[in-house]
Parts: sequence; structure tokens; C-alpha cells
Amino acid sequence: MLKIKNLKADIENKSILNNFNLEIKPGEVHAIMGPNGSGKSTLSNILSGKKGYDISGEILFENKNIFELETEERAHKGIFLAFQYPLEIPGVNTNIFLKTSLNAIRKARGEKELDAIEFLKLVKLKAKELKFDEEKLNRQLNVGFSGGEKKKNEILQMSILNPKLSILDETDSGLDIDALKTVADGVNSLRKKDNSFLIITHYQRLLDYIKPDYVHVLINGKIIKSGGPELALELEKKGYENFN
Amino acid sequence: MREKQIDKLKDYKYGFTTDIENIRAPKGLNKEVIEFISKAKKEPKWMLEWRMKAFERLKNLKEPNWQKPKYPKIDYQDIYYYSAPKSASEKPKNIDELDPKLLETYKKLGIPLQEQQRLNGIAVDAVFDSVSVATTFKDKLNEVGVIFCSISEAIQKHPELVKKYLGSVIPLTDHYFATLNSAVFTDGSFVYIPPGVKCPMELSTYFRINASQTGQFERTLIIADKESYVSYLEGCTAPMRDENQLHAANVELVALDNAEIKYSTVQNWYPGDENGKGGIYNFVTKRGLCKGTNSKISWTQVETGSAITWKYPSCILQGDNSIGEFYSIAITNNHQKADTGTKMIHLGKNTKSKIISKGISAGFSDMTYRGLVDISSKAKNSRNYTQCDSLLMGNKCGAHTVPYIKNKNPESNIAHEATTSKISEEQLHYCQQRGLNPEEAVGLIVNGFCKEVLQQLPMEFAVEAQKLVGISLEGSVG
Repeated sequence: MLKIKNLKADIENKSILNNFNLEIKPGEVHAIMGPNGSGKSTLSNILSGKKGYDISGEILFENKNIFELETEERAHKGIFLAFQYPLEIPGVNTNIFLKTSLNAIRKARGEKELDAIEFLKLVKLKAKELKFDEEKLNRQLNVGFSGGEKKKNEILQMSILNPKLSILDETDSGLDIDALKTVADGVNSLRKKDNSFLIITHYQRLLDYIKPDYVHVLINGKIIKSGGPELALELEKKGYENFN
Repeated sequence: MREKQIDKLKDYKYGFTTDIENIRAPKGLNKEVIEFISKAKKEPKWMLEWRMKAFERLKNLKEPNWQKPKYPKIDYQDIYYYSAPKSASEKPKNIDELDPKLLETYKKLGIPLQEQQRLNGIAVDAVFDSVSVATTFKDKLNEVGVIFCSISEAIQKHPELVKKYLGSVIPLTDHYFATLNSAVFTDGSFVYIPPGVKCPMELSTYFRINASQTGQFERTLIIADKESYVSYLEGCTAPMRDENQLHAANVELVALDNAEIKYSTVQNWYPGDENGKGGIYNFVTKRGLCKGTNSKISWTQVETGSAITWKYPSCILQGDNSIGEFYSIAITNNHQKADTGTKMIHLGKNTKSKIISKGISAGFSDMTYRGLVDISSKAKNSRNYTQCDSLLMGNKCGAHTVPYIKNKNPESNIAHEATTSKISEEQLHYCQQRGLNPEEAVGLIVNGFCKEVLQQLPMEFAVEAQKLVGISLEGSVG
């Protein structure tokens, strides 16, 4: 599904990622753990297509290099990023944003766009599954939402868009235990043999609810160790500083 | 990006010219030209005298120059003041007799005039350069006593109403452009809603400038008699030309006791090219008088076109308990300039006004909100709420807010809020990550920003306006 080869990323001549390699196969869940400043958010930014980085190397998505693709073209192909800090868009109704987004993607794929009734049916169903307060869908996008609500909203969008590759950028940070469970339920319900996940996190606790297939430790822009779920526990015990 | 921007501008889809034979008054501003106009319109003597009075007054007036957007000196002797399609000089009795070229023009503009293709529930007065060429649904409106026709026709057929109200809100001597208009105005719409009648359809006027080197001097007068209601909308477009053309309109509204007028504008005059060459100077005086108690006038404007927009649709709240509202979206891109806002003059007791202004500037453009709230000493217990929001795109444009507040009544109260914001890279990235291309993303964000104003528009036009907002900003991303 996703193959990253020798990725190097600089911003203003400062090296952020270096010789970064990763392969995610369909149906797999990978977790990347690392301390602040290790390059986690840069990785999610670059995968999503954010500009402003000098990059070299290769990012293959379904065996095609996506380096030249715009952010929205990557989204059309099925790459989704749950933002660490979801943006507020005043005046834009959450439902309308979701519908515009879903239909933009469907249109790009040559699929039929959903009308208002079909969309509302879908969104109601998903909101219920994720215990997302439907009333909030009629509010302005993320405006006045609590940190937890914003993150849940990201997961709701993910479940509606049903992407092939979902990248969760510190979705667990700032969540209480109930919200954390909801987020995990959302991810687990989307876990299918064709859908893959890249979970970027500081902490091991999210991984109690979402069992990853692989865990990678990212320090100074490089994966220094990879392993199974047990690696996360080891990391939690030792801390990043003592980890080699 | 730059090339893309130019391509987009070529997309001003109303920029075409209709090749049609015209009758023109000789170039220049003088007595003979005014006589020519009056004669061409078969006006009664009193109308010509009125025009001449304005012309005499004009000689002692100077163009105002306090506005922020400056422009090269206008040579008023180098303008044609009257230009009309030859075929329309003898106005056809019905629309089927209209010159096919004119029918085609309006069809291209999305305003089909023919019976079978007309927009549902919307009566249209079509003004082409200096004349009204057609008015639809006139008979149907007549059945309920609503008069909807060109001002020229009203001068002939309803002189008592015109005499009573023309110039009653914008005096003949008001200021340079208003006085100029009073001397040389050519056409526009006339609306009279009789007492107790709720106008059964939306009324609208579509203004089209076609001829070159020609000014358009629109005159519109709307009277809502007691207990009546009307919703009126105007739209405007012009061909793409290197020259600047002047559109100096006077619009007067009068609302009597318990009457309500809702006036909406979607202004899309040619804005000039990407270097600021050409485009319309839109110097307009719009004023509404809430004459009766409990009367209400609401202005909604979506201003996306013109090289320079200079206008302040205003309300004089004379009747007790009267209400004035002003909802505005003004968008400037490339080298466009706008100095727009409103005046709310509170004279009666318990009068209320509300101002919601949304300004969006992109490219090298410059936008000023200028607004006056004036509460007189007699306007006890009056209220104003003003909210001015500016949105900047890029770092080469400007936004300015200039509120004038005069409160002479201690029992009255004025509240003003203003914000300035930018569309952030992060917001764009977020929308793009959700599958929207940059232009769709900007359209969505800007429509969100303008929502409070857009929802004031009649439903039939809200969708169009929403699209227009997006189109006006195309090419401004990146």
C-alpha cells in the first residue's frame, strides 16, 4: 500500500527526516512512536502533500510515486490525515463541509455524488456508531468544539470517507479515556483487509485499544528500531532517552 | 499561477459585446444633450424642467474627493449620455417583437425574456444602455395593482407618483454625481406597491452596459405604500473594454407605514483586467426613506465587479419604530478598489438599524468600509448594531474600516464590532486534505465568512451569488 524509500526532508536547511524507510501492506496497522521534535508531524505533513519542505527519496502509494501529486489528489486516491490540530472554519456548517469533502472525492473517482438525503443517512449512521453528538454536525466546523470533540470529528470524517490509508497524527493527545475509546472504536471498525493505518503517537496508551501489527521508534528523523506491539510497552517502561 | 490568473480573467463570461445599431445623443454634457434625452423619452415639460434645474445646479458643484480610491480625472464632455438600440427607440408592444439580438443577449446573460423561458416567479425589467427594452410579467402584476415598468414609462403614465416621490429621498441638489444623474438619467425601474399588497413575485432589473464610451445613468424609484411588501433585485454586467465607463445611478426607496422593502444587488460589472486596465466606475447613490411608522428597508449587496465601487446604500429612519438593515459582501481582486458601506440616520423614536459588512480583498486590491450611524436627539430608545469583518488574501491587498458614529441621544445605543482575518495556509491544507482543490477550498471558506449576508438574498439568487463569490476570487490562491 505505502512504501517510503530513503525519504529525506529538510525545512529551511534543517534536516528533519533522514534516510527514512517504511512499508505498510494492505490491512496492516503501524504505529510510529517518538519524542517531541523527532519528525513525526513532518512525516504526516509530507505524506499528506503539505508544501514547504525540501524532499528527496520516494513515496509509493499503491506502487505509484505520489511526490508530484497535490494534497487533494492524494486525498482522492484514499489517503486521509487525522490532524493533530483540526482547523476551525467559521461559517461553514460541519455537515456541509463533510458532504462537500465526500462528494469532491467521489467525483474525482468517477463515482456518483451523494444527494442531501443519502448523505444525511450515512452521516447519521456513522455519528451514531461513534457516539458523536449529531447536534454538533449543524454547528460551524470545529468552532467552539472541545479538543476531544475536534478529534472525534476527525474520526467521524475518516469513517465517512472510508480511506485506504489513514494517518492519525497524535489523535490521542488531549483525549480523556472515554474519548480515547471512541477514537479506537472508530479505527477498529474501519480495520479491514484492504485498509491500512499509520498511527503517530507519543504514548503507548492508545495502543492498548488499537493493537498495532508493527511499532517503529522514530528518533531524530530516523526509525531506529522496529518490532511488534511489545516494543511499545518496552518503550513506555524505558522512556525515549534510554532507548537504543 | 500568473498565467492561470489571466486565463481566469478572460473567463469574465459576461464580457461579450452585442453588435447592434445604436441611436446616440451627440457626445458631451450640455443643454442640447439633455433636451435630446428628454425628447427621446417623450417626456412631459415638467420633467425637462426638472432636469434643467439639476443641470444648472451641477455647474456649481464639484466632484467629491474624500474617497480612498482615486481615479484619473473624468472628462465629462467625452462621454455619450444616451445610447439606445435603434430597434428599441420605438418600444415594441410585446417581447416577441423585440430585436432577436437583444433577446439573444439576455439569454446569454441567463435572463431569458421570452414567455416560455422566463424565470419562474421573477419579473424582469431589462435595461440595455440607456433604455429599458422589456419588462416581463407586467400584466400579471397589474392584476394586483402593482406597477412595475421603466422609469421612462412611469413618467408618462404615472406622473403624479413620479412627481411626488422623485427626488424626495435624494434631493436634486444632493451631491455631484446625484445631481449629474438627475440631469441626464436615462432609464431604470419604477415600482409602486399599493396599500396592503404583498408583491406576489420577486421584481428585478438587469442592467447591461453595451455601447462603448457611454455612461449609464440609471434611475430607480420604488414606493411601498402602507402595509405593503416588495422584494427587488438588481443585477449588472458589462463588456470587457480597455476604457473605464461610468455608471452613476440614483436609487430611491420610500416605505410608508408598516411597509417593507427588501432591495438586493448582485453587482458584477466588468472589473478591468489583471493590470487594472478598464472596468466600470460604479459611483452610485442609493437611499431609502422609512417614512412611515413601523416601516422597514433592508439593503443586501454582493459587490464583486467594477474597477471602482463607491456607494453607501443608506436608510433614513424617519418613522417611529422603523428598521434599517444593511448586509454587504464586497470582494476586490487584482487592482479593483472599493469604498463602500452605509449610512443609518435615526430620526424617529425606537428606530433600529443593523449593519453586517463582509469585505474580502485579494491580489493588489484595496477595500474600505465606510459607515455612518447618526442618532438624532429625538430618536429616543434607538439602537444600532454594526459588525464589520475583513478577510485578506495574500499580502499585497488592503482593508480599512472607517466608522463614523454620532449619538446625540443618551437613551440610545450603538454597538460596533470589527475583525480582520486571513485565510491561513493551514485552513487551505486542511480542506485540500479532504479532497477540495484550492479554489473550492477558498470558495468554501469565503462563503462561510459571508454566510450571514448570503442568507439574506432571495433563494433564487443565493446560489448564483455563492458561485459568483467563488469565481471572483479565482486565481487569488497560491
